[in-house]
Amino acid sequence: MADAHTPVLVVDDLRTHFELPIGMVKAVDGVSFELERGKTLGVVGESGSGKTVLSRTIMGLNIASNARTSGSVVYDGRELVGLTPGEMRQLWGTEMAMVFQDPMTSLNPVVKVGRQLTEHMRAHLGTSKQEAKASAIELLRSVRIPEPEERFNNFPHEMSGGMRQRVCIAVALACGPKVLFADEPTTALDVTVQHQILNLLAQQQRERYMTMILVTHDLGVVAGRADEIMVMYAGKAVEKASTSTLFSAMRHPYTEALFRSIPKTGNPKHTRLTAIAGRPPDLIHPPPGCKFAPRCPYAQERCREEEPELQAAPEPGHSFACHYPVGSEAGKAAYEANLAAGVPQTLAAAGQVQATEDLSVVAAAAEEVV
Amino acid sequence: MSETFDTPDVQRAESTATQAVIEPPAAEPASTTKPGEKPRRARPHEIFRDMPLLVKISAVWLILVVFGAIYAKLDQSVFGGALPLQDPNLQTNNFNSETGDFGTGEPLESPSTSHWLGTDALARDTFSRILHGGWVSLIVAGTAAGFGVIVGGLLGSLVGFVRGRTENVIMSLIDVILAFPALILLLALVSIFEVRSLALISIVIGVLSIPAYTRVSRAISLAISQREFVLAARAIGTKPRTILFREIIPNVLPTVLAYALVAAAFVVVVEGSLSFLGLSVQLPQSTWGNMINQARRDIRLNIAQVFWPSLALSLTVLALNQVGDFFQRRFAVRDSAL
Repeated sequence: MADAHTPVLVVDDLRTHFELPIGMVKAVDGVSFELERGKTLGVVGESGSGKTVLSRTIMGLNIASNARTSGSVVYDGRELVGLTPGEMRQLWGTEMAMVFQDPMTSLNPVVKVGRQLTEHMRAHLGTSKQEAKASAIELLRSVRIPEPEERFNNFPHEMSGGMRQRVCIAVALACGPKVLFADEPTTALDVTVQHQILNLLAQQQRERYMTMILVTHDLGVVAGRADEIMVMYAGKAVEKASTSTLFSAMRHPYTEALFRSIPKTGNPKHTRLTAIAGRPPDLIHPPPGCKFAPRCPYAQERCREEEPELQAAPEPGHSFACHYPVGSEAGKAAYEANLAAGVPQTLAAAGQVQATEDLSVVAAAAEEVV
Repeated sequence: MSETFDTPDVQRAESTATQAVIEPPAAEPASTTKPGEKPRRARPHEIFRDMPLLVKISAVWLILVVFGAIYAKLDQSVFGGALPLQDPNLQTNNFNSETGDFGTGEPLESPSTSHWLGTDALARDTFSRILHGGWVSLIVAGTAAGFGVIVGGLLGSLVGFVRGRTENVIMSLIDVILAFPALILLLALVSIFEVRSLALISIVIGVLSIPAYTRVSRAISLAISQREFVLAARAIGTKPRTILFREIIPNVLPTVLAYALVAAAFVVVVEGSLSFLGLSVQLPQSTWGNMINQARRDIRLNIAQVFWPSLALSLTVLALNQVGDFFQRRFAVRDSAL
């Protein structure tokens, strides 16, 4: 792959549905994207928007027997959908690896970290015990674990959360993967450690020229680190753009709502954090039109009936799925009409109710709508 | 004034105040902040120290029973009766034709210095018979635990991890065995054989204790298999067999071992019941159950001969339960902390 611009990962119309007795859960419902070597894709969305299932589907890690996957994932010219777990195992570790959300549970509590690191190195790469130990210690040093020789013999419970996540990253990097999935790698950590771990991931990605998919619910996490951002809602990509485009010209009301819910340091004290009213939709019986319509301050009658398709924005590489996009004339008109009509989620977004009513009233009203 | 007597450390610190000031606090703030320390696992004496008094007494009792049983067996098999312990099958009231002596004892004696717990209806030393009976219980309980942990633990860990059809087939078989009343199945199996050796009894009880272990270890394995570290192991391309042996089984084992102690108590009772019915190891080998059965006939003459083996049996069962519960609690706490 001499050409750096050839996408290393092409995902086309990927769907993962889970068959349950009460119906089909459409956890990932037609997601497409391309990713070039060495780039970072940020996947952003609320809990339950399908971002974790998406990354596990791409890696082929959905173990549930009721999962139905369709669509296509092409990695480095190879189709991955439909491969058996045995065939996928050739790729796991050496081509693709994953860093998980909770470092407290993603290390085996009864095995020393050193052995967790060296074991699969020896199995995959056939290195000797001494070599594996030496490279494991080197790896621990590269993820900035102090005194790696001593830490090599520690059990996971003897380490702090941040240190365990560093070990998890070291485990994921041990066999030199080309694509790294980071599934909310910092959600379980406190803010100062979050920053260090994200910097570490970015640094390792640069040094190893890895492609990275960074899954998070926090737009702030991906802001400075991802090359491209995909916003997911109810199993679908609702907006895709390069990071700078997304922050300067966001089109989808959901992206805007996520953006508003980041606390800003410039705000005066005791400013209420803007929350998105309501809850993500039921993925078994989703609303007929736009999935975000029941919570959207811009929603019109058309949104509840007709599902918007992903359409291109004027900026290159930017696409979104909305009838009344943010920043357009139609969007502005829709918002003002809703505001005048007193639609609860619009009032909440505009901040008008906070002065007079308790926010829970709005939340209750919005839930009725959902 | 009185504070200085709190701990020896305080006294020492005061007497050498000049150098003690800069000493770091004795207690480490958290293990996580201290690198370079050897990985610490609770040592046996630390576990013992943590036990409540009743559990401590139970543990001591179990050690005594095991030691006594091994001592008795050594005396019989290796030293040929040379160690200071009465022959369990010598009828001490017998006339010895070689020496012309009448026996030294008589049936249903009360405790004395020569017969610590007295003698039974055939004038055999009860203390020695209880020690030898302990050997039978030890072997049966040990074999059952071995079968249970190795076969049951492995099967349970496997089906909890692979799920699917394998699980359905194996668990159905296990349920069929479980559905059958265990004691009746035991009676049927044991009565087939003409010679009931200790090995036979142990193996039959061992095989019948596999299902319970399978269910216990399957339950733990199901929970462990859902944990993220198993997924993480898959995501770096670990083979399923390696995951089973390296990730699942080490986590299943502590709980299964703790269960083995509680299950052993049950096995001791089962063996006692079989013995009482005369269907365990053949006479004259003494077991706690057959001692109770034999002494039962003379209960009006000497109740103590029923009492001693019953006491040994109940104390052992109680002690096994206490120690088993202690370890189960200990592992439960450790699991929840992770």
